[in-house]
Amino acid sequence: MSSSASQNTSSPMLGLSSAVTEAESFKLGAGPAEARRTWMIACGATGGVAAAAVAIPFLGSMAPSEKARSAGAPVEVDIGDIPVGGVKIVEWRGKPVWIVRRTPEMLESLAKADGQLADPGSNRTDYPTPDYAKNQHRSIKPEFLVAVGICTHLGCSPVSAFTTGAASGIAPDWPGGFFCPCHGSTFDMAGRVYANKPAPDNLEVPRHMFLTDASILIGKDEQGEA
Amino acid sequence: MAAEKVAQATGLLGWVDRRFPLISLYKAHLSEYYAPKNFNFWYFFGSLAMLVLVIQIVTGILLVMHYKPDASLNDAGIPVAFASVEYIMREVPFGWLIRYIHSTGASAFFVVVFLHMFRGLIYGSYREPRELIWIFGCLIFLCLMAEAFFGYLLPWGQMSYWGAQVIVNLFSAVPLIGPDLAVWIRGDFVVGDATLNRFFAFHVIALPLVLVGLVAAHIIALHEVGSNNPDGVEIKAKKDNNGIPLDGIPFHPYYTVHDILGLAGFAFIFAAVVFFAPEFGGYFLEYNNFIPADPLVTPPHIAPVWYFTPYYSMLRAVTDVFTWVFVAAAGLGAYGFLRMQGGGLLKIIGLVAMLGLAIVFRVFDAKFWGVVVMGGAVIIMFFLPWLDRSPVKSIRYRPTWQKWLYGVFVVNFFVLGYLGVLPPFPVGQVVSQLGTIFYFGFFALMPWWSQWGEFKPVPDRVTFQPH
Repeated sequence: MSSSASQNTSSPMLGLSSAVTEAESFKLGAGPAEARRTWMIACGATGGVAAAAVAIPFLGSMAPSEKARSAGAPVEVDIGDIPVGGVKIVEWRGKPVWIVRRTPEMLESLAKADGQLADPGSNRTDYPTPDYAKNQHRSIKPEFLVAVGICTHLGCSPVSAFTTGAASGIAPDWPGGFFCPCHGSTFDMAGRVYANKPAPDNLEVPRHMFLTDASILIGKDEQGEA
Repeated sequence: MAAEKVAQATGLLGWVDRRFPLISLYKAHLSEYYAPKNFNFWYFFGSLAMLVLVIQIVTGILLVMHYKPDASLNDAGIPVAFASVEYIMREVPFGWLIRYIHSTGASAFFVVVFLHMFRGLIYGSYREPRELIWIFGCLIFLCLMAEAFFGYLLPWGQMSYWGAQVIVNLFSAVPLIGPDLAVWIRGDFVVGDATLNRFFAFHVIALPLVLVGLVAAHIIALHEVGSNNPDGVEIKAKKDNNGIPLDGIPFHPYYTVHDILGLAGFAFIFAAVVFFAPEFGGYFLEYNNFIPADPLVTPPHIAPVWYFTPYYSMLRAVTDVFTWVFVAAAGLGAYGFLRMQGGGLLKIIGLVAMLGLAIVFRVFDAKFWGVVVMGGAVIIMFFLPWLDRSPVKSIRYRPTWQKWLYGVFVVNFFVLGYLGVLPPFPVGQVVSQLGTIFYFGFFALMPWWSQWGEFKPVPDRVTFQPH
């Protein structure tokens, strides 16, 4: 092609009539010749695809690193030292996990709340509840609740609001539960969210299993790791 | 840029000017850029925003020399990033001053930008032919919000941490891709070191570059069409024999001097805040942010910095019940299309779209719509040039009732902002829901209400009292 251009003769390959050179075609305002235009579009499109493909490594580099991915090992927790009515907070995958040892009164309050909850049966699937926790107390043993202490609204950590009644400052008939200070979502003593609150889901119950009566493993159960 | 190139310049200036359009740039943007002679104090805030941008860039460069974006714990068990900010405050010579200028500058930026935007709103500065200036301005505002948000994580205090946690989680509300998107933004499953480092990169490199580019585009567009003024009169419509607007005066020296007066007043207040009240009662620097970030404990009350609170209130206002208001709005829209005269296909498409909207309003979680409302509150401003159908530009010649409406708009914005600072409570929720409806109604119904009432005659020339 360069030889034909240097000889200033038009090439049949470029689709130019012998009477009009490429330069003349431009001067006439006709732009590049038809065949050349096709190749220009093809080159441009190929180059564009190549440039767009650069986005894959660039945007991909912002995904979690291998180090971050591997930092999710299960955590073993001693629960023998939690007093009745007390909470232990442990860190699992950088999130707070609560282990609440509920009193019989707290467990009784669950039945009263049922009618006011958004999802009393834990049937929503955004934060799937393991089958062994799909019950009113949302736990393996009624006494011990294991839940991720992150509000399903925007990720604040709710606070314990175990004091019942008006003294809680939440409602005169507050049966006890959890309260998210950021946007006011409320949860019952099993981490089930009340209806018409910003949070759409119940608190997440992570996969967990009892190793002994006094210790549990968070992040893993008989079916595998979370 | 129409100014003629002067070939007669000699010496060094001449040497430069033959190689770079120095003199013509100077003329086009300063000595022969004709601005209306009736600017009032509202016109300080554009140049002040530029000043604050420069202050933020200079102090920011100095802070980066000492700051360390590192979330790991030091020997004392304190995150390195948090400790490096304390180091700047206590050990770096004048570090306290530079940091307080930067933190006060962030709030000052929003003060002057809000006032600058309000000026545009009341004088109709967004209307033809200035739509692009307004759009560039809205993009600057978005960019500024992102810049402030990214910068707020860097001190790695409790508010930094949990504020970022909440805002990044907003993205997880997006249907289908949300959770993955939030992980990608954080670079980890929780806000952590990866998040801190990328926010640092966005704050010090990426967004400042975009911001400076947008400011340049904003000013180039302004100088292409010329400034509006408090009367909303086009000064280019009346020119003298030399083609200079009769009501125009050269930007330099007239408005350079005018703006220096504004600068002096601003510097006076700014210095008072920096030296006497840099925390500003917890509004500019929140008290909880003096506690190092703790991923296991959310502070009992978290609130964004004051300039985000009006939008934050709108986010909180959207509950499950409140989405019925959206359904009602879609129903009204559908009724509007039903009543529309003619336009067969458009009528059907509109009707179907409105009914479809009404359904998705209930299908997706209220959480998602809260995020849409928060984003929509900023995005809706982009459409202002096409929403306003008033026959006059300036509020001076609008019906009196519209002045009251703008007043209510401002009060409403303040009320939303105030509620956003407070912890959630039932009455506040209802008020913020009403405020959200008013905010969106103001814009969405503008095509109708902006035409109502008795308009006053607009003068041919600007009104100006020599003094």
